[in-house]
Amino acid sequence: MSLWAKHRILEKNSILLLIGVLIVIAIGGLVEIVPLFYLKSTIERVSGVRPYTPLELAGRNIYIREGCYNCHSQMIRPLRDEVERYGHYSLAAESMYDRPFQWGSKRTGPDLARVGGKYSDEWHRDHFNSPKSVVPGSIMPAYPWLARTELPYAHIENDLKVQAHLGVPYTPEMIQNAKADLRAQATTDSPDADTLVKRYPKTQARDFDGNPQRITEADALIAYLQHLGTHVDFKLYDNKANIR
Amino acid sequence: MTGGELGAGLAFAALALLSIVVAAQAHTPEYAFHAYLFAAGSVAAVFAIVNRYYARPAEPIPLEIGGKPNYNMGPVKFATVAAMIWGIAGFSVGLLAALQLAFPVLNLDIAWLTFGRIRPLHTSAVIFAFGGNVLIATSFYVVQRTSRARMVGDIAPWFVVLGYNFFIVIAGTGYLLGITQSKEYAEPEWYADLWLTVVWVVYLLVYLGTIMRRTEPHIYVANWFYLAFILTIAVLHLGNNAAIPVSLFSPKSYIVWAGVQDAMVQWWYGHNAVGFFLTAGFLGIMYYFIPKRAERPVYSYRLSIIHFWALIFLYIWAGPHHLHYTALPDWTQTLGMTFSIMLWMPSWGGMINGLMTLSGAWDKLRTDPVLRMMVVSVAFYGMSTFEGPLMSVKAVNSLSHYTDWTIGHVHSGALGWVGYISFGAIYCLVPWLWNRERLYSLKLVNWHFWISTIGIVLYISAMWVSGILQGLMWRAYTNLGFLEYSFIETVEAMHPFYVIRALGGALFVAGALIMAWNLWKTVNESAPASRPALQPAE
Ligand code: HEC
Ligand code: HEM
Ligand code: HEM
Repeated sequence: MSLWAKHRILEKNSILLLIGVLIVIAIGGLVEIVPLFYLKSTIERVSGVRPYTPLELAGRNIYIREGCYNCHSQMIRPLRDEVERYGHYSLAAESMYDRPFQWGSKRTGPDLARVGGKYSDEWHRDHFNSPKSVVPGSIMPAYPWLARTELPYAHIENDLKVQAHLGVPYTPEMIQNAKADLRAQATTDSPDADTLVKRYPKTQARDFDGNPQRITEADALIAYLQHLGTHVDFKLYDNKANIR
Repeated sequence: MTGGELGAGLAFAALALLSIVVAAQAHTPEYAFHAYLFAAGSVAAVFAIVNRYYARPAEPIPLEIGGKPNYNMGPVKFATVAAMIWGIAGFSVGLLAALQLAFPVLNLDIAWLTFGRIRPLHTSAVIFAFGGNVLIATSFYVVQRTSRARMVGDIAPWFVVLGYNFFIVIAGTGYLLGITQSKEYAEPEWYADLWLTVVWVVYLLVYLGTIMRRTEPHIYVANWFYLAFILTIAVLHLGNNAAIPVSLFSPKSYIVWAGVQDAMVQWWYGHNAVGFFLTAGFLGIMYYFIPKRAERPVYSYRLSIIHFWALIFLYIWAGPHHLHYTALPDWTQTLGMTFSIMLWMPSWGGMINGLMTLSGAWDKLRTDPVLRMMVVSVAFYGMSTFEGPLMSVKAVNSLSHYTDWTIGHVHSGALGWVGYISFGAIYCLVPWLWNRERLYSLKLVNWHFWISTIGIVLYISAMWVSGILQGLMWRAYTNLGFLEYSFIETVEAMHPFYVIRALGGALFVAGALIMAWNLWKTVNESAPASRPALQPAE
């Protein structure tokens, strides 16, 4: 029987055809995806990467809600011009707690993987209110409502809890103190700042939106932006130890 | 009452109750709004089922009338109309997005209308609302005709069509309200995903059941492609949307994959949304509608067999070409690149099979603008599947990635291939479904063809120039060894191309409006066909 004749069996039996398709489409995905969970080399070993603080996490969720990823990447490629423009190329380890990842696929605006610390909080405030007021040629939309909208965080500990379930190292203590940590981070000179930094090293705590009376969405989003790319100390990072 | 009616009625009643409870406790007003939509939809479904029960004749609908299959075309008609409406909406939203990039004041400082929320609305509206309804309409049509059997299921086909469009409404309003999980082409949140899963499983069952009911021994080739599309999309959807909701009362969920693994899963999904939604499904259209319209058999049966298995096997591997030079391990990138280049061959196999089907009928291209549209569509397919493998080469991708070049590639596939094959299929379907002798005006089809072709050419050539320019400006150095352009200079350089792109988009929208008018006139004013094209009752 020729192969063409054999194929006629599939052409006459819908279930066999269905199973055939299922097998054929399963192979590529399995080969490419499954090893990523088992090969240790997939994610580099570096120190400094930690889970998001509650305020940063809330800010990240605003970043997602507003669709910033449609215009901004967070993935610096190891190409000369990118490293010079944006800083050290991105490591897989730096997004190991990102659910979902925010690498992006389009750079209508610049890469943001290392934007933390590049500008002052005021700059970000003005930029959100009116990008053109700081960068005249900008085509970024204005987000004036962020600074006006109170940040809803009544359920923030649920977010941490779910992530802990999924394997993010949030301790019960972090979950319990989620609201307090969030408030502490959004306040300049908060008395709780020390415990916050102990739980989340290298955390910047201050009133990001310039309005000490309220915790707004701008507080959260700016806290998130100011933290981006600031955790790994590349002076200590050993590139050769992580050749993959 | 049949078991199906009773079961569906009770399920919808339960869903209505659950939705009301969720609405009352919802953490955000946006989520409460969606819960109320679910409640209203479920109540309407219960009402429709009961109403239909009282209105319908007691005995079941006959599978055959006078020895001929009693085709079920009601859901097909609905999906066809929905495709046209969503198409115009989706193209217009794309035009708005294009104008916002050219003239950012059009973001209007209104949260709902900013580019970041409009863009996913555009991509979902064109791919899933327009493309999805075209696929459902044509697949339900083709599977019945090629199997010479009535679709299985009594209310199931209606559940698929209405349930799918309800999903679109939830997804689209969700983006505007800021409910998204930010995975490209899989933005809807967990509850919308769950709903779609149910709809999709029923779709698969109806489709498969109809094939099993066939009176022809062979399963026609178009059905292989549709089947692969339906099955693979189900697998991809489940894999990429595996997420845990924060609470039943919150729209927010967290995906079970993280970071680099999540990126790989996302583009395994994303590239195969292209491969199976925007390609395999539409190849099914090609394999039925082009031979039908040209009145020629498919060029090579053996080529279609090779092309089918090679296409579905290779496509799955190609995802990592969306992640070249990222933190994804190199071995994965290399695999993705290799398979993407190999993918060129089955893609062109399909193109050749489509184009050569016209051998002996090429003269029809001069007289039949509908056929011409479909043939040009296949040519665009060939073009974008040549460009794709080229862009998968890492050296090329280092320039094209993140730039408008990708956008140009997307739209040569989307406007040229997906758009034109869909338009061609709808132009064929409407007279068949509404039992008309012919379209109201072929001249208007001709106008549609030329106006939108100019639109496509403006769109993609503007994006090629701006994409390559952008890529080159980002990596340009002065002779002192400094980066030559600041980022904002590269943004400003794009402006003229964004204006040209918007103009191209406006022409494409204009073409679609002409089409809608033509179809409206066909249904409402053309003479009925003397010999019914279809069997009478649905
Ligand atoms: C229409 C696309 C677009 C969207 C959507 C968008 N941006 Fe931008 N963004 C730009 C462009 C273009 C620039 C460069 C000009 C400028 O600085 O305004 C930019 C610049 C920036 C910068 C300064 C980066 C630097 O290194 O100079 C930050 C920070 C930023 N955007 C954050 C955001 C955030 C946060 C969001 C979502 C709330 C967002 N952007 C949404 C296009 C966009
Ligand atoms: C009037 C016609 C259209 C116009 C004006 C238009 C415009 C746009 C614009 C402005 C963008 C955003 C580009 C960017 O971020 O820089 C976009 C993205 C996109 N459009 Fe369209 N579009 C049109 C039709 C279509 C159609 C018919 C499809 C699919 C069938 C489609 C699929 C997409 C996809 C998939 C993207 C995302 C691309 C990416 O992420 O790389 N578009 N479109
Ligand atoms: C052989 C076939 C094809 C190959 C190998 C291919 C390859 C590619 C590559 C390399 C990219 C750029 C990824 C990046 O740098 O980010 C891309 C993007 C894209 N292609 Fe294709 N392509 C093919 C066919 C098509 C067709 C026919 C369509 C549409 C109908 C299409 C739609 C898209 C879309 C929507 C994107 C943008 C994804 C995103 O970034 O959001 N492709 N493709």
